[in-house]
Amino acid sequence: MADTNQTPRPETAGETRPAVEFRDISIAYGSFVAVRDFSLAIAKGSFVTLLGPSGCGKTTILRSIAGLVDISAGQISIGGKRVDDVPIYKRNIGLVFQSYALFPHKNVFDNVAFGLKYRNVPKPEIARKVAQALEMVRLPGSERKLPSQLSGGQQQRIALARAIVFEPEVLLLDEPLSALDANMREEMRVEIKKIQKATGITAIFVTHDQEEALSMSDQIVVMNAGRMEQIGSPEQVYEAPATGFVADFLGKANMLPGIVSSSDGARTTIALAAGQTVSVAAALPPGRAVTVVVRPQKLSVGAVPSGNRLTGRVVSTSYLGGNAIYEIDIGGGTTIRANTQISGPVAAEGQTVELAFDAAACVLLDEHGQRIPVLPGRQSNAKTSSASTSPRQQ
Amino acid sequence: MTARRGNTEGRLAWRMTGIITLCVYIFLFAPIVATVVLSFNDSMFGGFPMTGFSFRWYAKLWENEQVLAAFQTSLWIALVTATVTTAIGLVTAFALVRFEFAGKELLSTLVILPALVPETILGVGLLVAIKAVDQPRTLPLLVLGHILLALPYVVLIVQARMVGIRRIYDEAALSLGATRLQSFREITLPLLIPAVVAGALLAFTISFDNTSASLFWRPAGVETMPTQILSMLKISISPEINALGTVMILVTVGIPLVGGIVLQSLSRMKRRDQQRET
Repeated sequence: MADTNQTPRPETAGETRPAVEFRDISIAYGSFVAVRDFSLAIAKGSFVTLLGPSGCGKTTILRSIAGLVDISAGQISIGGKRVDDVPIYKRNIGLVFQSYALFPHKNVFDNVAFGLKYRNVPKPEIARKVAQALEMVRLPGSERKLPSQLSGGQQQRIALARAIVFEPEVLLLDEPLSALDANMREEMRVEIKKIQKATGITAIFVTHDQEEALSMSDQIVVMNAGRMEQIGSPEQVYEAPATGFVADFLGKANMLPGIVSSSDGARTTIALAAGQTVSVAAALPPGRAVTVVVRPQKLSVGAVPSGNRLTGRVVSTSYLGGNAIYEIDIGGGTTIRANTQISGPVAAEGQTVELAFDAAACVLLDEHGQRIPVLPGRQSNAKTSSASTSPRQQ
Repeated sequence: MTARRGNTEGRLAWRMTGIITLCVYIFLFAPIVATVVLSFNDSMFGGFPMTGFSFRWYAKLWENEQVLAAFQTSLWIALVTATVTTAIGLVTAFALVRFEFAGKELLSTLVILPALVPETILGVGLLVAIKAVDQPRTLPLLVLGHILLALPYVVLIVQARMVGIRRIYDEAALSLGATRLQSFREITLPLLIPAVVAGALLAFTISFDNTSASLFWRPAGVETMPTQILSMLKISISPEINALGTVMILVTVGIPLVGGIVLQSLSRMKRRDQQRET
């Protein structure tokens, strides 16, 4: 039980070497470049998620840490040691696969003990550690079962136990929840995070599921087409997406293109392509093309207190009990999605409604899809507002 | 009305299918049954009617040194063929499934080719090749020929199983600290064993009862079981041949059967052991 007593130490990590470091790595399969100039330092004990759509290179990066794919340029270090030429079986990493990959002809004990056996751990020690690992994944006493006698969730727990039992330098999780059904997935999400915290192991998690990424990670690396789009805490990437891609991929934000019509140095009015205007706190030259990004959750529909107002016609309503999702046509062929808490009557389809959002709740992107930094004074303002409306509290 | 007529037609079709199937089975198995039954016939002539039950032809077979020598030869050839073919087939199938290399398609085709080329052509071909390099026909050469004939089947069987063994098992083993060789020994090979055993048994059978190619390749004075039977047939259809045929059937059908049963009980025993260990 000595291992479980270890306290999480993501904060002290800064002083030591990064657990995993990529320096300008590129990975190519023939002429196809899967990853381009990727650099990242992962602090010891942290939980980092590589998030992106399929084919964005996230799994390739994970496999390059394991040594399952060769990098074409750059270097990878684990625990400060360069591993480019270290074969996979000497890298001391724990790997968890989407499809469990438990050895079908070995029972649970032999599966979990596999890594220990090849590290010349004495037999009584192996038995003790396996029992401890099974305890940790809450499947004690399952030693003699074959993988085929376990459910998907149980198999993935065993796979997790197998990957952490020999205390690897880093735990790599390749979409470990995708093969599980929805209920199981949420349970395992909590479980994995709990085990990671308890053991203080550095974990790199690959997923295309934004909810998993937001709920589990210390840091999220958003990937697209072999490149890093943004890195930051879940709040940072959600509240302040660096690019249009991030804004769209995480939470399907509304993107409203427009042109700056006037600015008085502190407030800027933007004429949307939809024909309406909004005002934001930023200083921008008139005539500049921008995109206003607003999350569906930041829009209120109906009785509007303050802030930017837009009017539109409800195209569709999805009533979800506590809240409702509206699609609202605000003219110019632009449809906005609003996900609001219901207070008062639910707007029906065809009805004209007012919707509003706080000027602080939106992000501006330039014509290349990059975030335009807001005024220094405004930034702190945005942060306080983001703290009260973090995505997890919806 | 139409429904009823359709029904009778259907019934007739089913009955016809049944009768034809039965005929096919009779056609296939009647000679075998006849051989086995007649091998116990007391009569001097190798045909019906039966005159009594006796083991005398088996006893006579046991005293026939030619037959015993041929049986021994065939057994050895089959054993060596099975061993070598299984080893080569395993490696070849592994390479064909797991690795990408230049000429992979070509290798795959070449390995399977002996199964597609008529055996007579293969027999003559190898013979001509031997003559071209001025080599005598020897026993190792005959074994080589049998390996050639059996290899495609072993490769195909192992390959089929290999495809089903997902690469991530190997990746998982490597990530846990096993070298490639250790991973092969402890993960891939145990998962492959059923196919390897099946391949070996099939190779044994193919070699043991190969006739036409052996006729071309065997060295002067050497007889395998099938060629021995053929030469005995040239003289007369002695009831001894029925006994010999029965022995052949026993060997070629019995060995794979026994192998399968042994394999099954082995894995069952292992599972029981694993459960008992607690």
